[in-house]
Amino acid sequence: MPSSDTMSEVPTPEDPQGAPMDKTAADGALPHGSTPGIRFEKVVKRFGDNIVLRELNFTVAPGERVTLIGPSGSGKTTILRLLMTLEKLDDGVIWIGDRPLWHMPRGDGLAPANEKHLHEMRKQVGMVFQQFNLFPNMNVLRNLIEGPVRVLGLSKDEAVERARELLDMVGLVDKIDAHPTQLSGGQQQRVAIARALAMQPKVLLLDEVTSALDPELVVGVQDLLRDIARASDLTLLCVTHEMHFAKDISDRVLMFDKGQIVEEGPPEQIFGEPTEQRTRDFLQAILAT
Amino acid sequence: MSEIINSPLLWKGAVVTLQLTLYSAVLALILAFFFGLLGSSRHGWARAIGRFYVEFFRGLPALVLMFWFFYSLPLVGIRFETMVAGVLALGLNYGAYGAEVVRGSINAVPTAQYEATVALNMLPRQRMWRVLLPQAVPLMLPPFGNLLIELLKATAIVSLITISDLMFRAQQLRASTGKGTEVFLVVLVMYFVMAQILQLLIRYLERRSERILGRRPRRRAATAIAGTTGTGSLSGVGGEGS
Ligand SMILES: Nc1ncnc2c1ncn2[C@@H]1O[C@H](COP(=O)(O)OP(=O)(O)OP(=O)(O)O)[C@@H](O)[C@H]1O
Ligand SMILES: [Mg+2]
Repeated sequence: MPSSDTMSEVPTPEDPQGAPMDKTAADGALPHGSTPGIRFEKVVKRFGDNIVLRELNFTVAPGERVTLIGPSGSGKTTILRLLMTLEKLDDGVIWIGDRPLWHMPRGDGLAPANEKHLHEMRKQVGMVFQQFNLFPNMNVLRNLIEGPVRVLGLSKDEAVERARELLDMVGLVDKIDAHPTQLSGGQQQRVAIARALAMQPKVLLLDEVTSALDPELVVGVQDLLRDIARASDLTLLCVTHEMHFAKDISDRVLMFDKGQIVEEGPPEQIFGEPTEQRTRDFLQAILAT
Repeated sequence: MSEIINSPLLWKGAVVTLQLTLYSAVLALILAFFFGLLGSSRHGWARAIGRFYVEFFRGLPALVLMFWFFYSLPLVGIRFETMVAGVLALGLNYGAYGAEVVRGSINAVPTAQYEATVALNMLPRQRMWRVLLPQAVPLMLPPFGNLLIELLKATAIVSLITISDLMFRAQQLRASTGKGTEVFLVVLVMYFVMAQILQLLIRYLERRSERILGRRPRRRAATAIAGTTGTGSLSGVGGEGS
């Protein structure tokens, strides 16, 4: 099974060995259109007495691709989960475009969001998980069309056609009727990426999406994500420990520690000549592993 | 002995027992899903209703409940046929156990699945009906199987309100023939066989549901590839659920 996965890796545009990625197919399948930015404004998140984010401020420009790095427990996953509304915010405001994610305007202030508002806001955001989280009660095709048909209201035919395009892009059209349990980790993650894109998000969240994969499958998935990032105008937030992937995929790197930004800058600078001691220590630590 | 086995009384009784089991099981199943789903709702008030039903009917012996339907309610002018009283008592009682099974199974579906439904922006009812419940049903089947067999055995109490089930007929036959040992030996075997049939039914459903979750074909495919003697039983897997 693992060998067949490496066989079906999508050739990258730069890869002289393989046929170049079909640009038109990819462009058709990928989300395009006005992309919102993201702004964290004095965001506080606690778990009991553990204050994970302490008045965190940062901005991501529309279409910008940002990688979050930092030691374990520094709050990277928490940031993504707040954006996916999987975790409730304790204080502050998160803006997606010009609308607050967790609040609704009321008078000249803000009131807590209701389920309807969250549903509205989630339309813009998609997430790929470390463990793929495909639905085991559905085959690959149904995993891909369930959201578009039930949530976006696409017709079945339309959704199936888009699912095919996306599967083509991730190199798995032949697995359209397969069951998630019949796929390798790398293949499952490709389907999960396609499933997230099928919802036409403007903001895509990637939380250590290759860390559950066998080492030989990692590069293929990373190359796929890099191509997607370059071919689309998605705003991208990515958590990863892989420096070369971070360099490939991002315009900017944010180094976190204890829920605060320690240092930020273009990947070349953060990985090449970090100014903060904590960043240097962290990079040393991940290089050592 | 043959006069006992050939006596139509026991066979008629067995049919009544199976009917009772079936009707009570259907009622229990409906109640189990209704209150089990309430019990796993996001809304506190719904969970409270679910809890109340479970605690109330799980705490009452089915026998007491049945006597109450049959002897006490008529005193305030509410009358039930014996069969209805029996089915109500058993259904309400076993529905409470079943509701806990439903709630527990839904809770046992990994949180990651719920999170994926949120990431796909599904509405709460879509999360439940499209993803969580379909994955919870296979988890429910083994405990449901146990409850079904317990229910079958529990139907024997209805003879006490003169429903002519297998137990009731057995006592009639013992009275008329005087052969208590033989009669109850036959009855024992009959209950046992009925339980086995129900067990087979549940096993069949378990296998089907595992196939829907894609667990079976993989294991079987693996055996097939491993080149075992190519037994015919493997071919029975075809026609996977779509
Ligand atoms: N559901 C939860 N309940 C309690 N504490 C939590 C929960 N989720 C996260 N935390 C705590 O919040 C802090 C930040 O966790 P988070 O998962 O965001 O870190 P991370 O930067 O993603 O770490 P890693 O690199 O290990 O994934 C940790 O101290 C963690 O223990
Ligand atoms: Mg994390």
